[in-house]
Amino acid sequence: MTSRDTIFASIRRSLAVKGDERIRASIAEDRLDRSPKGVIPARAQLDAAGKLRLFVEKAEGVQATVARVASAKDVPGEVARYLRDNNLPAALRMGDDPRLSAMPWKETSIDVEKGRSHGLDLSAISHAESAIAETGTLALVSGHENPTTLNFLPDNHIVVLHAADLVSDLETIWQRIRKKFGKGEMPRTVNFITGPSRSGDIEQTILLGAHGPRALHIVVVEG
Amino acid sequence: MSSRPTSHTFKDNAAKAIQDGGVPRALKNVRQNFIDKRVKAVEALPEFEALRESAKEIKNHTLEHLDLYLERYEQKVKESGGHVHFAVDAAEARAIVLDICRKAGARTVTKGKSMITEEIGLNAHLEANGVVPVETDLGEYIIQLRGEAPSHIIAPAVHLTKDQIEADFRRVHTNLDPKRDLTEKTSLLTEARTMLREKFLVADVGITGANFLIAETGTSVIVTNEGNGDLTQLLPRVHVVVASIEKVVPTLEDTSQILRVLARSATGQEMSVYTTLSTGPRRATDVDGPEEYHVVLLDNGRSAMLGTEFQDMLRCIRCAACMNHCPVYHQIGGHAYGWIYPGPMGSVLTPSLIGVDKAGHLPNASTFCGRCESVCPMKIPLPKMMRHWREREFERNLNPAVARYGLGFWAFFAKKPWLYRLSTRLAAKSMKLLGRNKGSFQSLPGAGAWTQYRDFAVPEGETFQAKWKKRAAK
Repeated sequence: MTSRDTIFASIRRSLAVKGDERIRASIAEDRLDRSPKGVIPARAQLDAAGKLRLFVEKAEGVQATVARVASAKDVPGEVARYLRDNNLPAALRMGDDPRLSAMPWKETSIDVEKGRSHGLDLSAISHAESAIAETGTLALVSGHENPTTLNFLPDNHIVVLHAADLVSDLETIWQRIRKKFGKGEMPRTVNFITGPSRSGDIEQTILLGAHGPRALHIVVVEG
Repeated sequence: MSSRPTSHTFKDNAAKAIQDGGVPRALKNVRQNFIDKRVKAVEALPEFEALRESAKEIKNHTLEHLDLYLERYEQKVKESGGHVHFAVDAAEARAIVLDICRKAGARTVTKGKSMITEEIGLNAHLEANGVVPVETDLGEYIIQLRGEAPSHIIAPAVHLTKDQIEADFRRVHTNLDPKRDLTEKTSLLTEARTMLREKFLVADVGITGANFLIAETGTSVIVTNEGNGDLTQLLPRVHVVVASIEKVVPTLEDTSQILRVLARSATGQEMSVYTTLSTGPRRATDVDGPEEYHVVLLDNGRSAMLGTEFQDMLRCIRCAACMNHCPVYHQIGGHAYGWIYPGPMGSVLTPSLIGVDKAGHLPNASTFCGRCESVCPMKIPLPKMMRHWREREFERNLNPAVARYGLGFWAFFAKKPWLYRLSTRLAAKSMKLLGRNKGSFQSLPGAGAWTQYRDFAVPEGETFQAKWKKRAAK
């Protein structure tokens, strides 16, 4: 008997089942198919403006900074301002997300480098797949458009969020992901990010910038 | 780091911890940092109680269908290009991980914070076989430098003060300027960040645990604040997830329900900084991520808990709210429990995993105040299960002779109410007489363990039952 067999046999012995009971199997199948939602907090069930207001409040509450711009073409200017105000070099790492690539970076003095990070970049920019108003959380998916290394290696992470992609809750994100990737399928990585990295391991004092980014700046494109 | 339990010497461990006094000092901030923050987070979410109930139902349902959801999970991991390994016990899990490391030609492995790899004693096994494990969670890194086990399941170095950590960094980071300024906590954090950044970039294998395994999609989930778990699973060529079988949940929606109670109960956050879902290895169009993705599914006694009075314990999501709220834990700290799971959840789980003969004292380490159950996000009846263990300990003749004789003596009287009333009445009367000029006894024959620490008040001369009777007659 393999260890796999041993474990399954032990589970079934304890539960007093054989594993091939049809009703039991259909109960599990049904849950996997229907994915019932459970309890959804009322807090974020708001109109678009309300969701944005809540998202900004929640994100700032966990020490992210948020800027709002009217349209995508205003993003490079805002990023240049952010880097300047924080005394950061005008250099930025990004993947090849077409939405980011289409922005007028040439109009700024920012030196843009494409591709994944190897740990030498001070600042990087990603495009969010979506975001959650309920908790001020960004959702990013892996891929060459927005490599996951950009979310964790640089000291400063800038994330662009289209206001239209902002949703109320986690459950709505699952619907979007199923629509995009298929039921039961996932991108390699989904990162939910709520504020910059932190640790409370030294005398339970919360300190920012443990291993991931020390600063998280969110640029919301409203138009 | 050691998986060798010292739970059998719990009483001595606890006495030493109390005498030493360092633990209560280090834990003095737990109230404002864990307890008060949790209350604030719970009060800010009107649906919290409904979510607790929902989370509990999800886990109950999953445990009743565990074989089926595990099968689906395994199938989905394989479909996404990952490998699934089953391990009956700790030794088998260690061997599987070592084998993966060897095949990857690994010299160093980075590790995300994981209680399950503590449970199987993975680090010592890797080290003994020439693979260097590097703990990357700040708290785990600190205790690895000290050669200690974690004293708390989410705050492993909670028993240490800043000065102790500074001394350790100076002792170990000998390549840095000995005169550097480490007075600020942030300078300690920055130093650890710099030291570990190099390790992340050169590690061959990254090992993490999992907070959830999602059957619907074959996904492993980690929930962290530092980002070390993500660097661990993202940068090396091989990612190994070690998780126990009860971590599985059916769907993404089910995961979301439990996530809402997890961070709030653990740290008082609404959402931890990083919640990461990983499904299989690097895809064709990816430019980063691991090339191999392995999951080691560990049983180690859990399947035998199903269908017993301890099944509810398998709902535990390791948030640590029970120990944060435990008056016993606050006095003795995590190390006294003698194995890796401390506090109320450890008092229930440890006897299940290593045997009541080795850990029978732990369920006695409770005042039965019930706070652990009242804050448990999964509504696990911890005091009730500790009582079950006490019964088993008694049935198997594991408690000391004095306790057994004492209980037998008491039972003899308790079964004969007339005799019980008579003797308690006599005792109350004679003690009143004996202590009539004192107010309290500083020593009493047979009650030395009590009077060593506090006086025993002189009885008023009447038993409770007699007083109650009078009151009722009025």
